[in-house]
Amino acid sequence: MAGTQTERAHEMQDRPGESPAEYLDRYGRMRLIRRFEEEIQRLFLKGEVHGTTHLSAGQEAVPVGVCSALQPDDYVAGTYRGHGHALAKGTDPEALAAEMLGRVTGICGGRAGSMNVIDLEHGLVGCFGIVGGSIAAATGAAISAQRQGRVAVAFFGDGASNQGYFHECLNWAQVFDLPLVFVCENNFYGEFTPMASVTAGGEIGIRAASFGMQSQVVDGNDLWAVREAALDAVGRARGGDGPTLLECQTYRHYGHSKSDPGKYRPPEEVDRWLARDPLDLTRARLLDLGLSEDDLAKRDAEIDAQIDRAVEGALAAAYPDPAQTPGSEFKE
Amino acid sequence: MSELEFRKAIRDALDEEIARDPSVVFFGEDVAAAGGVFMTTPGLHEKHGQDRVFDTPISELAMAGAAFGAAVTGLRPVIEIMFGDFMALPMDSLVNQSAKYWYVSNEQASVPLVVRSAVGAGGRFGAMHSQIHGTWFQSIPGIKVVGPSSPADAKGLLKSAIRDDNPVIFLEHKRLYSMKGPEPTEETVPLGKAAVVREGADVTIVSALRGVKDSLDAAEQLAGDGVDAEVVDIRSLRPLDHETVLGSVAKTNRLLIVEEGARVGGWAGNLLGIVAAEGLEELDDAWIVATEDTPAPYSPTLEDAWLPGPAEIAAAVRERLGVAAAS
Repeated sequence: MAGTQTERAHEMQDRPGESPAEYLDRYGRMRLIRRFEEEIQRLFLKGEVHGTTHLSAGQEAVPVGVCSALQPDDYVAGTYRGHGHALAKGTDPEALAAEMLGRVTGICGGRAGSMNVIDLEHGLVGCFGIVGGSIAAATGAAISAQRQGRVAVAFFGDGASNQGYFHECLNWAQVFDLPLVFVCENNFYGEFTPMASVTAGGEIGIRAASFGMQSQVVDGNDLWAVREAALDAVGRARGGDGPTLLECQTYRHYGHSKSDPGKYRPPEEVDRWLARDPLDLTRARLLDLGLSEDDLAKRDAEIDAQIDRAVEGALAAAYPDPAQTPGSEFKE
Repeated sequence: MSELEFRKAIRDALDEEIARDPSVVFFGEDVAAAGGVFMTTPGLHEKHGQDRVFDTPISELAMAGAAFGAAVTGLRPVIEIMFGDFMALPMDSLVNQSAKYWYVSNEQASVPLVVRSAVGAGGRFGAMHSQIHGTWFQSIPGIKVVGPSSPADAKGLLKSAIRDDNPVIFLEHKRLYSMKGPEPTEETVPLGKAAVVREGADVTIVSALRGVKDSLDAAEQLAGDGVDAEVVDIRSLRPLDHETVLGSVAKTNRLLIVEEGARVGGWAGNLLGIVAAEGLEELDDAWIVATEDTPAPYSPTLEDAWLPGPAEIAAAVRERLGVAAAS
């Protein structure tokens, strides 16, 4: 398609699903993720969130753009950096916050924590603490999806593209024509290690070609670009034409986990990506499409209030009582 | 009286469960078109079609992961990991995904999948095709581990495993595939329960899989020596039915556990420890017969010395009890 993404956004805005108002909703969801992550960071530093947590601030356009192309009963599987995956798919923010805080009202009753959120009611098959686990989970969900008229999406990082799961499951999905979209959130670092130094060939999207699979490399900070690529891939999957690999290039604002200061990233690189904050890019384009600063401010306030209520509710909830909810090893 | 071959019992259980429940699917390497390397699954692909029975790439990790993802989204997969020795490959999915999901999800969904494998030594297949992986999974909460010792149990246990809503590892000893035995009297055999397969008064011999047959043969020899052995088929490593064993030991006061596997880290030591902790006052004696502490060797003389067979089991009992051989 000709033209820049901005030009296309203007051209398409009268099409169903492409109106500025609908993108304002998606912007709101991105801001929901951003504010959620900021709150989790604040609560972590206060000792309310335990163990460790991996924040996805800076990467919001990817899950929101991809999930905007899905139906509610489609499946997604996410990573340990998965709060954005969950919120984009529809997980309730208060239940998610309560899970981070280990409360009994958490989406998994406090059993899962930050890394392993599962919300089957919203089609979130799970988030996986093992790098690459999401790829397998989504591959399996796609086997069911193929029989149910649904689609499955695997979110994973650049690090996972070197894991056995990646290679085995891409091959498998292509062999069986599964209705599956592989979404690589390439934020250029696997934990503390630059992607370039451990990824033979230097690129991820291109790996699909070795499996005869369609792929696309996408500006992961451009919500419109992510959605466009996702619609294409999801349409292909739903039409029985097999899987696609989307490499969405993006950047995480925080360090890998805990209070990792991320000293392994060059300051000029960090600044370059912060200047392309997906929330700022989205706001700018919404204004360009004719929305007003007031429209944006109003949406910001609504989201902030929603997050405040969610965090307040989570903090007020009780911890699970081991005597009352011991848990069973097996389903009877 | 008609007899059922073990491999046919496996096939019949799969055939009947696939026909009974449209959500059951079966896949693995060379299980469909070829009917399985041990000829356990011929004809299933032709009868039920590509949607229900299909061959996969050599991708054990993807296979287990795909089975997990399918199992939590509406299907009931049965997969074959051809040899138990290959189970190290899909370990992450089985241990970190399937075993943990019911609990970690706060019971949003369970994982109704079955992983069948051919296991065990004695076939001269060498170190990487002769292991029994039951103990690799016995300590993982959330996963069941079972294995039959007879054709009737093979059919009933596999049916139960497929109907169970939890992940089940199913151990098929490769030296049982040609065994013939009585047809089942019940449709299903419960998971998690041991069985007394020979009643006796002097010593309780507990074993599993092929070891049960070997223990029964040893019991016949011992009967001629004036020793009346009770033989228990443990049938399930997780859950582990120590209560049936305790009941037997309350009668015999002597416990011998025969395991095809190394002594340290084996299920025999685990069972003995639990029985001792629960019923020490019933025990006059408790010991283990295990394989040598090396990988399984290839050459017949080496492998036969490595494996405890009926003669070795009987000799171990006679020696321990201070009984001379009758002949």
